[in-house]
Amino acid sequence: MDKPFAITLDPGSSLANRTGSWRTSRPVYLDRLPPCNKQCPAGEDIQGWLFHAESGDYESAWRHLTKDNPFPAIMGRVCYHTCEGACNRGQLDAPVGINSVERFLGDEALKRGWKLTPPTSESGKHVLIVGAGPSGMSAAYHLRRLGHRVTVQEAGPLLGGMMRFGIPKYRLPREVLEAEMQRVVDLGVTVKLGSKVENILATMQDGGFDAAFLAVGAHIGKRAMIPAGDAAKIIDAISLLRSMEGEEKPLLGRRVVVYGGGNTAIDVARTAKRMGAEPLIVYRRTREKMPAHDFEVEEALQEGIMVKWLSTIKQAHESSLTIEKMALDSKGFPQPTGEYETIEADSLVLALGQDVDLGLLEGVPGLEVSDGVVQVNANMMTGHAGIFAGGDMVPAERNVTVAIGHGKKAARNIDAWLRGEEYVAPPKHEVASFENLNTWYYADAPKTVRPMLDIIRRQSTFEEVQGGLDENNALFEARRCLSCGNCFECDNCYGVCPDNAVIKLGPGKRFEFNYDYCKGCGMCVAECPCGAIKMEAEEI
Amino acid sequence: MSFQPVHFYQTGTFTVGNRLLSAEERSVQANVERTNSLNSGHRACQGCGEALGARYAIDAAMNAARGRLIAANATGCLEVFSTPYPETSWQIPWIHSLFGNTAAIGTGIAAAIKVKRQKGQMDDVRVVAQGGDGGTTDIGFGCLSGMFERNDDVLYICYDNGGYMNTGVQRSSATPPAARTATTMPVGPEPGNVFGQGKFVPAIAMAHEIPYVATATVADLRDLEYKVTKAMGLRGARYIHILVPCPLGWGAASQDTIKLARLAKETGIFPVFEAEHGEVTGVLKIRRPQPVEEYLKLQKRYAHLFGKKPAVETIARLQAAADKNIRKYGLLDQEAN
Repeated sequence: MDKPFAITLDPGSSLANRTGSWRTSRPVYLDRLPPCNKQCPAGEDIQGWLFHAESGDYESAWRHLTKDNPFPAIMGRVCYHTCEGACNRGQLDAPVGINSVERFLGDEALKRGWKLTPPTSESGKHVLIVGAGPSGMSAAYHLRRLGHRVTVQEAGPLLGGMMRFGIPKYRLPREVLEAEMQRVVDLGVTVKLGSKVENILATMQDGGFDAAFLAVGAHIGKRAMIPAGDAAKIIDAISLLRSMEGEEKPLLGRRVVVYGGGNTAIDVARTAKRMGAEPLIVYRRTREKMPAHDFEVEEALQEGIMVKWLSTIKQAHESSLTIEKMALDSKGFPQPTGEYETIEADSLVLALGQDVDLGLLEGVPGLEVSDGVVQVNANMMTGHAGIFAGGDMVPAERNVTVAIGHGKKAARNIDAWLRGEEYVAPPKHEVASFENLNTWYYADAPKTVRPMLDIIRRQSTFEEVQGGLDENNALFEARRCLSCGNCFECDNCYGVCPDNAVIKLGPGKRFEFNYDYCKGCGMCVAECPCGAIKMEAEEI
Repeated sequence: MSFQPVHFYQTGTFTVGNRLLSAEERSVQANVERTNSLNSGHRACQGCGEALGARYAIDAAMNAARGRLIAANATGCLEVFSTPYPETSWQIPWIHSLFGNTAAIGTGIAAAIKVKRQKGQMDDVRVVAQGGDGGTTDIGFGCLSGMFERNDDVLYICYDNGGYMNTGVQRSSATPPAARTATTMPVGPEPGNVFGQGKFVPAIAMAHEIPYVATATVADLRDLEYKVTKAMGLRGARYIHILVPCPLGWGAASQDTIKLARLAKETGIFPVFEAEHGEVTGVLKIRRPQPVEEYLKLQKRYAHLFGKKPAVETIARLQAAADKNIRKYGLLDQEAN
């Protein structure tokens, strides 16, 4: 008994008192699906690559991004970035400029010469891809990374498909397109240009292919029944845009009328403007009903392109058109009014949509075509085993991002099919809604606006209209990400626990609960900025 | 120069940690090497603001004193839940005083250290005295005022949860007006604590013109750590008053503790400022102004204000008091308006 006066017991630690037994519900860490990722047609892990970009590690960000989409520099220019419409930050101030950061990463990769990761082993299987557009090249990339031999057959003279023949270069400079296509080819993909597949089954048999992915796109311009005089110059939009890629530029005259209201109509009008013409878009409905994206319409109007709303073309003559005015009925459909007028036109460009050339599929058993497109099942396979299809030739929204997504999905399914299995996508996490966030913790930060080319140069040259971000503002923009539903190691749970029951595992390893002492107060859940913790009832 | 928040890097200094900040810009609480002065296993209620505030403050003080710190602790929740003999949650040298004399105990420890240092028997050790609002604003007030008046080298930290919560939620002189406790009017035309009584001890501390007085809440960790660190860098009597919501006594959900502290500051009900030698030298500005109802309606102690017939006049008086704080301390950024 050598204790001080009146002391009979050694001091003990309160660690003996396991307060975890008080708990009626427990916090658990989880990953929720950020709305941007859910929205992305190409299935990018946007929050995931922004996480790397936030710390300035652009190469890791790019590598993470290209796991899903090998074309960030293209995406950063032509993707309609519906992710930004879904971004939770939009409810706080303005959505994160995901598209501009993606472009910065894509451009950075091209500048620094980063290469895609080659496959680690070869499967011995050989896959034929028909069409070197976004869908075909995306599938080529993913299949190659899975270790398959890949041959791409393309009818046209160059790689890129609609990205080259449908998108004007003021939106997508050709050196960017070339570089990102070449990077896929460099993985060991065989490309045969100017080699149209006339009969898919024969080609597969001759080449000894184990499977095929069809992505021929929709390159046939739709025609409208417009009575026309012999001398009237009528051309379809896709042919026009395609001929812009050749040596001989098309002759359109001064007054060019573009018929249609989609993105292609806008592209054609803006192209004609840059060639010195005075384009006029004729569209049968109103601006609100136009299928073209609003920002493209806005940019076209800024460039001085005129639009005649609520008008249809009744007849084409040598240097003029007869127009009938329309009126919207109670259901919003345009109805003829019987009022006519004549406008001057040296040429008429029809931008009324495109059809798919399905010639190569003739005689393929089991294959189903309806509404002019090939039907595929949930695994992107057509009715004929081993033949898969994607992009504009299957029923879906037609844009580059959707096509790239099809390429990835098809590649995964082809890979599984070649092994005699069926690809099962991992289950999706629950969505991280705005209500899951505690936005107090995010710094106020307005969106960074990308520079635009001045209007004179936009009207007369094919220089790129929208500029990119520099490193400083790309980093700023990346750091506006709220990291919805995914822990970004802010230490809030570690800090706010009154019971010191959160264990910090170190950088990149996140946290763990010490359920021996966690009383289940729920403060970590309430104060987690990004909604990466939830309470679950304890089984009692 | 008051606490300067870092405004960007995703969450800036709003969160406890931030992987994007340099190591020296991070908080003490984000560091796995933190003292955890008040360790797991204590018997505080779920979501206790005082347990959290005490760990925040004492970890920061330990960090500033490089581990050479002694704490005297008044009787109250903090002592009862942390140290049921022979167990303790404290991982620092810690002594339990009477309810009313912890400031005097701090004075005595500081004096003993001073003598030992003069004799060359020991190196410097810093002293913290701490207690709840009962032990500070009521029972220990005489000892506290004496400590201030003699400018003893002690940092006194008051954890204010607005009542004697440990013994069953009795009223203290820090209980806010209109809040119901076990010892205020339970029914009648104006239930709850009366207006115009009680006292705001930070202002009284300032009247002693001691070197440093500050208020803080558990919702602004970085501001709290900055103030404790600054106080530890000064000598003489220093006073920090930390608002620590009490889920039990306030009738609030356990997960809302930090939210309530944040709302107390954002509504202007609790002004967060610092003062040197009796003059206010910095305030933590309101970031997202809110009406007082947002703060009141989360607490059952104010439930009588939101009955079938809302007590609009009482709410207006509470709003007026908050507005007065906003005016008096300049809590709204004029430029932002």
